[in-house]
Amino acid sequence: MSDAIATRPLGADVGRLDGPRKVTGAAIYAYEHPLTDPAYVFPLLSTAARGRVVGIDAAEAQRLPGVLAVLTHEPAPKLADTSNPELAVLQSPAIHFRGQIVGAVVAESLEIGAHAAALVCIEEQASEHDVVLRVDHPDVFKPDDDETDTAHGDAEAGLCPAATVDATYTTPHQHQGAMEPHTSVALWSDDTLRLYESTQSVHGVRETIAEVFGLRAEQVEVTAPFVGGGFGSKGEVHANTVLAVMAARAVPGRPVKLALTRRQVFTLGSHRTPTIQRVRLGADASGGLLAITHDVWAHTSRVQVYIDQIAAATRMMYAAPSIATTHRLAPLDVPFPSWMRAPSEAPGMYALECAIDELAVALRIDAIELRIHNDPPADPVSGKPWSSRNLVACLRQGAERFGWAGRDPAPRRRRDGRWLAGTGVAGSTYPVFHTPGSQARVEFRADGRYEVSIGAMDVGTGTWTSLAQVAAEALGVPLERVALQIGDTALPYSHVPGGSAGITSWGATLFGAARAFRDRHGDDPAPGDAVTAGAPDNPAEDAYAMHAFGAHFAEVRVDADTGEVRVPRMLGVFAIGRVVNPRTARSQLIGGMTFGLSMALHEEVVMDAALGAIVTTDLAGYHIAANADVGDIDAAWIDEIDPHVNAMGTKGIGELGIVGSAAAIANAVFHATGIRVRDLPITPDKLLRARVELSARA
Amino acid sequence: MDIDITLHVDGEPRSLSVDTRTTVLDALREQLGVTAPKKGCDHGQCGSCTCLVDGRRVTTCLSLAVAHDGAQITTAAGLGSERDLHAVQQAFVDHDGFQCGYCTPGQICSAVGMLDEARSGFASYVTADLTAGVVLDADEIRERMSGNLCRCGAYVNIVAAIGELAP
Ligand code: FES
Ligand code: FES
Repeated sequence: MSDAIATRPLGADVGRLDGPRKVTGAAIYAYEHPLTDPAYVFPLLSTAARGRVVGIDAAEAQRLPGVLAVLTHEPAPKLADTSNPELAVLQSPAIHFRGQIVGAVVAESLEIGAHAAALVCIEEQASEHDVVLRVDHPDVFKPDDDETDTAHGDAEAGLCPAATVDATYTTPHQHQGAMEPHTSVALWSDDTLRLYESTQSVHGVRETIAEVFGLRAEQVEVTAPFVGGGFGSKGEVHANTVLAVMAARAVPGRPVKLALTRRQVFTLGSHRTPTIQRVRLGADASGGLLAITHDVWAHTSRVQVYIDQIAAATRMMYAAPSIATTHRLAPLDVPFPSWMRAPSEAPGMYALECAIDELAVALRIDAIELRIHNDPPADPVSGKPWSSRNLVACLRQGAERFGWAGRDPAPRRRRDGRWLAGTGVAGSTYPVFHTPGSQARVEFRADGRYEVSIGAMDVGTGTWTSLAQVAAEALGVPLERVALQIGDTALPYSHVPGGSAGITSWGATLFGAARAFRDRHGDDPAPGDAVTAGAPDNPAEDAYAMHAFGAHFAEVRVDADTGEVRVPRMLGVFAIGRVVNPRTARSQLIGGMTFGLSMALHEEVVMDAALGAIVTTDLAGYHIAANADVGDIDAAWIDEIDPHVNAMGTKGIGELGIVGSAAAIANAVFHATGIRVRDLPITPDKLLRARVELSARA
Repeated sequence: MDIDITLHVDGEPRSLSVDTRTTVLDALREQLGVTAPKKGCDHGQCGSCTCLVDGRRVTTCLSLAVAHDGAQITTAAGLGSERDLHAVQQAFVDHDGFQCGYCTPGQICSAVGMLDEARSGFASYVTADLTAGVVLDADEIRERMSGNLCRCGAYVNIVAAIGELAP
């Protein structure tokens, strides 16, 4: 079939099909769907970090013209399912963190809503709170999860005579910070609920909201054709959506609009947990690893357990006879943590890849050669063969392109006026996830095009374009003959595309549906012919260890006087199987690397321990990399054919770019300055303090 | 208190009555249904709401509508249409200078305003020689576009797109 196509759609360098709509502002996001007579919801948030609401005086707010309703826990609109404390909005007076929803105003306009919200007096009774993560927190516990602790071989023995690195790294509480705030627009009509939602999964919202409100799934319709970024924060339903649905019930027949303010997103939009990570490496004199241990402490809400498998990549990255990992959680009075771009791998690989660099320095071995020396022929823990593993090729090609050869490993040797220069490298990896169970519909239309429908999402990932390319390839037709429909629960069911599994899972589904369509209707279908189908199971899934890999290179300059770190150049070379669209793929990888740069140097949610409050609740306090923070970043990939991962041979790329990039920068900062900052972000104060300590010792 | 004003939006006079607390951004989005400018922060910190107001780039979330009676406001929708893109919009598409697209209309307006500033000889923080006229190299573009945040991390492509049109 596909012989007829001059250029194969899969792999073609196609500009975003939704590009013209986005650059002209015609793409419609959740808050922007045209509505008749909407009302506005303004959430009221707790100021105590722990305690209870003991009184609410809303009389003055209620007297304000234009106020339609004030919602509080008394009388509470009852929810059908309150098992998830994050979603049990207004079901009790209990306060679990500062910035929790304790009420809401529904008003005729945004201005009236904000005014009225300031008039509601909420009396709270605070109890003692604790928001500080520490290893010796008295309530630290071992979460009930299969992979909490893993031990392969006898790690302690491997470390025994030769513990060459024993270092503790910390990463801060971080925030996803999607440019579009969490937004829900809700309208009840009869017994159907319509939601325009800023989400990473329309079907996920449908399922969760149906459960919470005791509805049948079909009663909840969710639409999200365009989403202004999610980075994990919109992968799960959060309290704002529940509140919007409640508020819509309070004003029957009227749609309500709720966009969290930027401040509110910081406590209600979820976050990445801070981590404390101890990494120990034992190696022989030639650099062969004998043992790796990775022990992780993170926080979770006191009322709900959330865990990222932060040491997961440590179990498969390098060969060692013994590898042990542990995870512990401290329950604190903090907002609910959730996914943030590469939830486990981004912080975990920062620590591991810095530790490997420390080992290279200690053993006087080149950091690339050390990694190649320890590249495992098969998954070191499970023993499974790799579906493909090309870390070594990424390191070698990257070294060539970056100009690594001849690098003097000695730190603090290159000075250019005020600037100390250095380079660093780090590895990257991300698992190939596949979320089964999605369905797609293919219909041949009278206009000669194939309408391909699936409840997939484009959160900036390029799905509108890349999935159309996959559909064209699967059907063996040119791209112009595909009309793709995504982003709505009216379309066939799709799982949440977490774990970079979007294009691989949806693409496999489209291949399955296309095959079913051709089987049923042949190559010359009649208008109206249609099939709905999913993908068959991939028998290789259990037989192989499937991961994407990559190598990051960074060049930094550190101001010797102020400690300011600049990153003039970053290069990532990746092994990601087949690339569906080189243009959007490169953007995703570069975007991930930019995220990593931001993680390395800028991002930190600062908590005031005394108040239990996030201090950095805006984009000035929580700085994310701006244009002037970013230099030349380039991403490339090697030719990689992986026959096992799926029908297309693709691996997910949305998260790989961030993994390891912060470590490459941290390692370059060490090379430039001789200072090992093991506490992200690498801010000038940490470099200056370390320099003062160094000179005091000298 | 409500006041009657007229805003000239993308070339069209639009008369409306606004609460004196209403920002230009909310007047556009909520009252006039002009949703090309986005709300990312409502604080003047992200640039998503950037429009050209009387030819200059302005964060409309920090501008009160009553103070702009009679103003000419150009949004990304007024710069070009899907079938007839403005040169900056076309360059953004060609260089993939966006991903989710939420910051994009603001980036586009900001880029158009910035190119105009540069042509008029405005210096920036990184302009080395204030008398030599402006050469928009990558560092100049990065500096001048830093009022527009992009969480998707499209900066590299944004700089390439604007660089194509730089004087
Ligand atoms: S919305 Fe105006 S600057 Fe962010
Ligand atoms: S394109 Fe998503 S924030 Fe810029």
